[in-house]
Amino acid sequence: MNPHRRSIFVKTMTFLVYSFLYLPIFVLIIYSFNSSKTNILFEGVISKFGDLQIVDGNVLQSPCGPFHWFCELAKNKEVRSAAGNTLEIAFISTISSTIIGTLAALALSRYNFKLKPFSEMSLYIPIVIPEIVMGIGILTFFSQVFNYLNSLIGLQGDARLGLGLFTVIVSHIAFSVPFVVLVVRARLQGMDQSYEEAAMDLGANELTTFFRVTLPMLLPGVLSGGLMAFTLSLDDFVITFFTNGPGSTTLPIYVFGLLRKIITPQVNALSTIWIMVVFTVVLLLQWLQNRESSHK
Amino acid sequence: MFDKLRQNKSFQGTLLVAPTLVFMIGLLIIPLILTAVISFGERDSSGGVIYSFGLHNYYKLIGYSTNCDSGASSCFDMLYVQILWRSLTLAFQTTMIVISLAYPLSYFIARATPSKRNTYLFMVLVPLWTNFVIRVYAWMMILRTQGVINGILGAIANLLHIPFAPLEMLYTPGAVLVGMVYEFLPFMILPIFTSLEKIDNSLYEAAADLGANSIKTFFKVTLPLSMPGVVAGTILVFIPVMGTFIVSDLLGGQKVILVGNLIQRQFLDARDPTFGSAASLVLMVMTLIVTYFYTKKFGFGEEIIVA
Repeated sequence: MNPHRRSIFVKTMTFLVYSFLYLPIFVLIIYSFNSSKTNILFEGVISKFGDLQIVDGNVLQSPCGPFHWFCELAKNKEVRSAAGNTLEIAFISTISSTIIGTLAALALSRYNFKLKPFSEMSLYIPIVIPEIVMGIGILTFFSQVFNYLNSLIGLQGDARLGLGLFTVIVSHIAFSVPFVVLVVRARLQGMDQSYEEAAMDLGANELTTFFRVTLPMLLPGVLSGGLMAFTLSLDDFVITFFTNGPGSTTLPIYVFGLLRKIITPQVNALSTIWIMVVFTVVLLLQWLQNRESSHK
Repeated sequence: MFDKLRQNKSFQGTLLVAPTLVFMIGLLIIPLILTAVISFGERDSSGGVIYSFGLHNYYKLIGYSTNCDSGASSCFDMLYVQILWRSLTLAFQTTMIVISLAYPLSYFIARATPSKRNTYLFMVLVPLWTNFVIRVYAWMMILRTQGVINGILGAIANLLHIPFAPLEMLYTPGAVLVGMVYEFLPFMILPIFTSLEKIDNSLYEAAADLGANSIKTFFKVTLPLSMPGVVAGTILVFIPVMGTFIVSDLLGGQKVILVGNLIQRQFLDARDPTFGSAASLVLMVMTLIVTYFYTKKFGFGEEIIVA
């Protein structure tokens, strides 16, 4: 029996589901070149380069040609600051949660201690509880703490503590750490401990053993844990929605706010860039991984 | 002193896990307890919280009114019960549709040659890397009165010279269902694939040798062995659907109100965090009950980690 035989039903369903998955992506990309300003109908691609000409809400000619909406997007200050915030939050929370989570994974797979069962249980909280419950919980927590501190220190006006980049970053670390721990721990469990024992037998202390033996072997797990934390942070809407404040708007929050009012091809241009960047980064990482595994 | 600590494995373990615990306790457990405490309190005139103990928010949720005399026609108002029920049924519907779409695709990938498997999986992940909000926006463009579907249907009608009235698809419960299915489909595909991939081909051969036809093989071999994946996928789909408010907000307009929308409004528009906390506590208990009974029956699949 051929192990790769699949029925016509399975093949048809597969084709339909893939089409369903990709239809919206294609629509997003095609409409980012739309000449219609209101983006209701697809009026065709802006084909001419030259001075900006708009007739009846239709862009006939633009200095950027078909990339008119991409240029408009680049001029948009709010988008630029939101993109900056998104990346800043993602980088800081990824680095922090990767370090914190890797330490915990080491503890959970190599040590026995009293708090171990409790620690393991707490890691499943973000998986089994809806994000919105965590979001409003964190919001309530911060507002109560800030209220208390503001009145305790007597801060007034702009000096008062409130929601902002700090609260978003800290919350992102909180929901990323469990995923990093689970990924890194899975890698640790599949690792042979005899290398570490050999290093210790040859006289290396714990720190040397960790940095010269454990960490290099663990690195692929740490990297995929970090990548997961990064994507979680980039994609997060709900937690950020409840914990952001003035000056910490991220791209998803900005787009959501925009969509409740108007629809503009600028959002499509943004989506197209987003897809292209992520696609390139992932392909690059895959290529690096393949190169590394072919070296071994 | 230092040497003693270096020997103390238990102390070292606690030290390594400490930063994680600070975050888990500080930003997950304490906020959850705080939510529970506040849900029994009252709101003050400025939208703040007065700490007290009363069940009024829960009475309000089940629709029981304490001031019946003040001219109200009925003591019970089922509005919030309806919202909870709507969220629950939508989550069930979404999960069922997602399983039936994800299963054949996962089976297709699991039975592909190993070299092609990665490419197919990669193709499942690509849509997931666009942002959650952006994916909802794409469906707004497709389903609008003058959107992609109506544009195509209109063009066909025009060719055939039949009169065409655009379909009203956006801002309906159906649009919300489509959006939910689209958003969470990949979270079902990955765990089902992982458990299907583990099934040894010799089992299929054995079933065939023993005279089972393909339908019987599916129900006696494939499906039971892939249940851990289906369970993990269900947890990854059901729970977020229960709590999401973006999809219903953007694709349902103001018409489809789910418990997520209810909670969000209490915190941002209605300014009654105590009632919002009670609603989110009920939401949490509902999802925990479903997850508990579901995993008790089928087991908690380790496949949950892959997604």
